[in-house]
Amino acid sequence: MQQLKPVDVVIAGGGFVGLTLAKEITARTSLSVVVLERGQPRKTSDYATGMDELDYSLRFRMMQNLAEETATHRHSTRASAVPIRQYGSFQPGTGVGGAGEHWGAISYRFYPEAFKLATFLRDKFAQRLSGELAVQDWGVSYEDIEPYYWRAEQMIGVCGKAGNLEGKKIDGGNVFEGPRSHEYPNPPHKLSYAPTVFEKAVRDLGYHPYPIPTATLSRAYTNPDGVSRAGCVYCGYCTRYGCMIGAKAQPTNILMPVLAKRKNFTLRTGCSVRRVVHRDGKAEGLTYLDASGAEMHQPASIVLVASWTLNNSRLLMLSKLGEPYDPATGKGTVGRNLTHQVSQSTRVFMDKPLNAFMGTGGLGIGISDFDGKEGLDASPGVLRGGNIRLMSTGEGPIASFGMIPPGETQSDWGSDFKKAALAWHDRVAAISTEAEHMAYRQNFLDLDPTYTDKYGDPLIRLTLDWTEHERAQGAMLTKVHAQIANAMNGRAAPPNSRQLERYTVTQYQSTHVNGGAIMGSSPDRSVVNPWLQHWQVPNLWVVGGSAFPQNGSGNPTLTILALTLRTADGLIDRYLKNPGGLA
Amino acid sequence: MKTPRMKRREFLTLPVESIGGVLLYTLAGEPVRLAGQDRGQDKGQTKSGEIRVPLRFFTAAEARVVQAACERIFPKDANGPGATEAAVVIYIDHQLAGPYGSDKYRYTKPPFVESVPEHGYQGKQTPREIYREGVKKLANFTDLPAEQQDQRLRAIETSMFFRLLRQHTIEGMFSDPMHGGNAGLIGWQLIGYPGPLMSYRDEIDKAHGQPWRRKPVSLAQVTGRPVSGWEDEKG
Repeated sequence: MQQLKPVDVVIAGGGFVGLTLAKEITARTSLSVVVLERGQPRKTSDYATGMDELDYSLRFRMMQNLAEETATHRHSTRASAVPIRQYGSFQPGTGVGGAGEHWGAISYRFYPEAFKLATFLRDKFAQRLSGELAVQDWGVSYEDIEPYYWRAEQMIGVCGKAGNLEGKKIDGGNVFEGPRSHEYPNPPHKLSYAPTVFEKAVRDLGYHPYPIPTATLSRAYTNPDGVSRAGCVYCGYCTRYGCMIGAKAQPTNILMPVLAKRKNFTLRTGCSVRRVVHRDGKAEGLTYLDASGAEMHQPASIVLVASWTLNNSRLLMLSKLGEPYDPATGKGTVGRNLTHQVSQSTRVFMDKPLNAFMGTGGLGIGISDFDGKEGLDASPGVLRGGNIRLMSTGEGPIASFGMIPPGETQSDWGSDFKKAALAWHDRVAAISTEAEHMAYRQNFLDLDPTYTDKYGDPLIRLTLDWTEHERAQGAMLTKVHAQIANAMNGRAAPPNSRQLERYTVTQYQSTHVNGGAIMGSSPDRSVVNPWLQHWQVPNLWVVGGSAFPQNGSGNPTLTILALTLRTADGLIDRYLKNPGGLA
Repeated sequence: MKTPRMKRREFLTLPVESIGGVLLYTLAGEPVRLAGQDRGQDKGQTKSGEIRVPLRFFTAAEARVVQAACERIFPKDANGPGATEAAVVIYIDHQLAGPYGSDKYRYTKPPFVESVPEHGYQGKQTPREIYREGVKKLANFTDLPAEQQDQRLRAIETSMFFRLLRQHTIEGMFSDPMHGGNAGLIGWQLIGYPGPLMSYRDEIDKAHGQPWRRKPVSLAQVTGRPVSGWEDEKG
């Protein structure tokens, strides 16, 4: 093992989180910062020939290579886990920018009460709460995090319309959201056809439509870091692709241009981090294998773990940092509160062509009339709801072929199938939902006893299944899907409710897997404090979706970025002045 | 993975008129006459009006079986051209010869354990192996009339081999021609897909409820530079 020259800060992971931390630290201090990224460098011009559905959307060319590393899954501790051998209910990225390159750029805030969910639910339901629920307060309030939401929204250039400006409700925005201090940095996008039909239908039904907030730009925009990007041209190659013109906010187009100019910043690619080195409650650095396979030790005064959510927990476990969570006793912290998100969608067969190949990641209209706490009163037994939306994300010709109303043909091949598929082609929209996923005692992460990565290290193991509550959420929301489809004069196919019968790794849901190294106000029940600083190792910070105590209904990236910016403030403004625990 | 037989050069011979050259109707209802455009660089045309396509993975005999099966999955009929005209078999041949075919991007460490359906395919066999075995079981397939071919396929409808074949047929119909299928952009014309155009900035909020259809273009045509698929990557 080669000992490298010590640096001030070493960061595991060159995605949205790691590079945002590096940007803040190198801008505001003279500390030397080294980022270790396992994948390869990427830049906007690399994406010019990447508009290919087969390689990128269906073969996952930008994602983590599962042959080298994957996760295993089991439904309960009574079952044995098997590896997720192919994609996949979620899609971790790799390479500079991480999953922040191929994301869909949908940029919701979480609801104010979501940050105090345990308190909120106890106040409402005291007696009725199930003993398996493990929801917790985040240790930060919406008011704490609002300024960071605003900074993150400016950094990535979110487009939308405010529905609640400092408490004043505004029609046309999401009137159910928490108060914003500012209008969105950019206006909403122009609309394609299908969302306009949805918008009229939900308005007629008395709901409150709003443009889905997205970080693909609706116009040319320069952010507070001085980074200019072009407006989106709706090419449709968005989610699962890198943006060829840089209209979609990605670490390579908003963070790397700033970092490239910083003398105190070093990015090392092809470097796989293996362990956090620590002794007597102090982190000493990171070990990794470099691009040539040589073992390195990078000593540092501050260690930031900033990889994709599951990999954060895995690195802590492999490094024997903290007490692993035990679902039988409820003791231990590392690996607890694993959540995904409750996804449902309903296909709507329309009478007119949609030109669905046009679009962008978050182009569309949503309603939140059954979201967050609005979901609570809408249906008995439902604690929290979810959004309902219709988007033109850019349909590829392969994946969109063959969507026909159920029962119309006997077979999914042959002449009859071809005839029906051609007749319905480009006339199928989807109403979709993502709902808050509660944390449960029985859903958690640990190291797999059998399966290993390419280096021989254990894979992370997900023990995860749905409960009656998620099925109740799904039923409540898909009932509204059907109502809306009807108001759109569309023909609704039955929703994919089987997806909530048992957790299914073969069906893509979202990459919004969270938890495992959660934040909170007590070291007994969380891994990091409200600044995402490790409770027991104050010079170690574990940053990302791994910190969510449970999942919100919105797409998580904006909340991850807001937490990251707050971590940077805590580290720079507080910790550096007085190194030690901030909570 | 070592496949010695890949070293031997095998060809699939196709009549020129089977690829492109047919009249079809787009969703917009406009008749379009296809030309044999956008063929891959490694397909030579012979004097006799035949195209000899070098195969990367299949033997010529295997390719003929796969081609016939794909044609039943996506047949040429009153609703337009089929898998043979789109050269779907060439697409599949390239995929199997490339990293996908050898499971370079699938987790293939043992133990291989049967599990619940929610965990998907847990087997050891690669797509190459699944095809080799599957095609072997379709002996004499090309000699059968269409109806009996359909019966043979229906009998294996739920097999892993058939599910892959069905999926790959759709992929070969509608993927960019750089991958070997969608010859003459025949698949995209069929569904009115214009190709990976760079911008719909001026179109996105217009033509609402109306089909926006153009003569399709491939990625190479859009970008004006040579493009290649992941299957062509070395290593």
